[in-house]
Amino acid sequence: MDKSFPRREFLRATTGLLTGVVVAGSPLTLIAPQRGGASEMTALTIAEAATLMAVARTIAPHDRLDDAAYAFVIKAVDEEATRDERTRKLVKDGLANLGAGFSKSTEDDRVAAIKMIERSEFFQAMRLKTLQVLYATPIAYAYFGYEGEAFSKGGYLLRGFNDLRWLPEVPVEDSGPLPM
Amino acid sequence: MPPFDFKDESVVVVIGSGAGGGTLAHELTRRGIKVVLLEAGKRQSLETFSQVPGEAFSQLTWLDARTQSGSWGVARDFPTLPVWHCKTVGGTTVHWTASCPRLQPWELQAKTNYGGTRDSSLIDWPISHEELEPYYVIAERRMGVTRRNDIPGLPASNNFKVMYAGAKKLGYKRVHTGHLAINSSSYDGRGFCIQQGFCVQGCKIGAKWSTLYTEIPDAEATGNLDLRTESTATRIEHGPNGRVTGVIYRDNRGQEQRQKARIVCVAGNALETARLLLLSESPKFPQGLANSSGQVGRNYCHQITGFVWGIFDKPVYSWRGATLAGVIEDEAIHDPRRGFVGGYRIELVALDLPTLPLVGLPYGWGRDFASIMENYRNLAGMFINGEDMPRADNRITLDEKVKDGFGLPVAHVHVDEHANDQGMRRHAQGQMSRMYEAMGAKRVVIGPTPPATHNLGTARMSADPRDGVTNGHGQTHDIGNLFISDGSALTTSGSANPTLTIVALALRQGLYIAQTMKAGKI
Repeated sequence: MDKSFPRREFLRATTGLLTGVVVAGSPLTLIAPQRGGASEMTALTIAEAATLMAVARTIAPHDRLDDAAYAFVIKAVDEEATRDERTRKLVKDGLANLGAGFSKSTEDDRVAAIKMIERSEFFQAMRLKTLQVLYATPIAYAYFGYEGEAFSKGGYLLRGFNDLRWLPEVPVEDSGPLPM
Repeated sequence: MPPFDFKDESVVVVIGSGAGGGTLAHELTRRGIKVVLLEAGKRQSLETFSQVPGEAFSQLTWLDARTQSGSWGVARDFPTLPVWHCKTVGGTTVHWTASCPRLQPWELQAKTNYGGTRDSSLIDWPISHEELEPYYVIAERRMGVTRRNDIPGLPASNNFKVMYAGAKKLGYKRVHTGHLAINSSSYDGRGFCIQQGFCVQGCKIGAKWSTLYTEIPDAEATGNLDLRTESTATRIEHGPNGRVTGVIYRDNRGQEQRQKARIVCVAGNALETARLLLLSESPKFPQGLANSSGQVGRNYCHQITGFVWGIFDKPVYSWRGATLAGVIEDEAIHDPRRGFVGGYRIELVALDLPTLPLVGLPYGWGRDFASIMENYRNLAGMFINGEDMPRADNRITLDEKVKDGFGLPVAHVHVDEHANDQGMRRHAQGQMSRMYEAMGAKRVVIGPTPPATHNLGTARMSADPRDGVTNGHGQTHDIGNLFISDGSALTTSGSANPTLTIVALALRQGLYIAQTMKAGKI
């Protein structure tokens, strides 16, 4: 149990989202086939994963964004820590330094604790990883309203690239005609 | 015909297949000259371009190590990525946003017009605007630049509507959807822009000009092009008389090869071009090739930039549509009353997720950072492209400690910002903030300087051989059959995004090389 991720728990809260978002090729397919059981982590313990979840939520606190999105960050860190011994030590030492109580403390306390270690390689690596992974998840795309690649849908030409109506239209001499 | 023999001494070797190298290869091959084109990256296509931003970045970007130092913000904010350019067939024309303004006549005489700007190494260009202009005309026709040659502009996107309204409130006059090498209607056998907003990931519909699917296939069709991909030049060799004789490179299996050459043209982007010249040092040229002046690698310019984001209470959906389809040209003037010399252009910009928080926003985390992200739908964006003051010590050198996969020293970038750069950025970010405030923005966010994408000046053209590396044709002062064919040769940066000028110079250089070869002079 120590090596497993509390997958059932966050899946229970996000089933609707997952069934709506899982598509072939999305990173979620890495998780989805295992949704009946627990996804094995190979470097981090469940306690470390809980601390890391709290770190990611302190870096990028979006209250209504589901834990499932942040779980991608944990998965990415776990994978890197599995591949690379230096990362494994950096992450485990960093999480140990924050302490087991970190994930249960208030946001103010978590912010204060992070400010103490803000310049550390551990925190800077976790910040970068959180931004890289969290904001690239389909769950985050849906949450922030980002529609992503458009080629497969014919671009945004007929899907709202110029649908803003709260400002006047640009005169044609300063813009150009629609190409059809 | 291709592949040409390694020992064929009649070929021209062009190193790099981007705006400069790709265009030059076409210009030479269509005149019957045999070209071996060495490209360090792989060949992608409209079909293989990834549309996952992180994947596309890895697919196209030059990710081999660089190191850096200096006072510029990039050293602090992006320590491992000082510059952002491509390593793929087509070079940086695969990820560019296709803005194609011309340099203005006064920008080519920077030293004369700006005076002896302290702590800068400004010089005038060795060629005049009149000499360059005919090649701008050809380049614009070749690339299908909008608002030139009766080609209509692109239609206005949501993001541009905000920019336009703000610009008008401040009284700006020259505001439009830009001179872009993006098809506003079908042109040159390529389709029109469908407003994907994925210019930087590679335009999957091919509406954006790139040498990958224009100049290079045209060059291949002549039967005179031998394109060798995943082939990294590591040394340019010379003979006892000092003329270059060929190029050593690692091929796609990592094997070292030697290609003989009549002429060598270097177009590897300003970092790699300078690095290759420095790596090619020899007993005869102990400072590196074409470097008797000591100017190789110096005067590195990246153009001044910096984002401003406006957050509104209504949606903008800035990501929908061509990334850079909007410009304000009123500040692209020389008016020292603003507190700095040279000018800047204000350009439209939008960034995808996750690129916005990684590159476009100031360093941050926690509630304040997250509150900006929560407003992603309602965000409008602009940034500037401004003239960068050259400095002798803003330069590319060989790193003493860090080596690449072949055991060769990597490029080290050093940039200390000039006071002029800082004054310009302050002025520009102030103007952009005022625009969004005038439009009722809830909040204005000033972003950082991103990794440099316009890398220039490290082998610059100069009238006096002591001031630079090449003459007005990109021919090195020291070695008659060695040419510089990319942005490295630009004497100063000006305020214009550089690709159009790089293409115009490559067109001009192609003609010069062909004529000089025919006359038996090289």
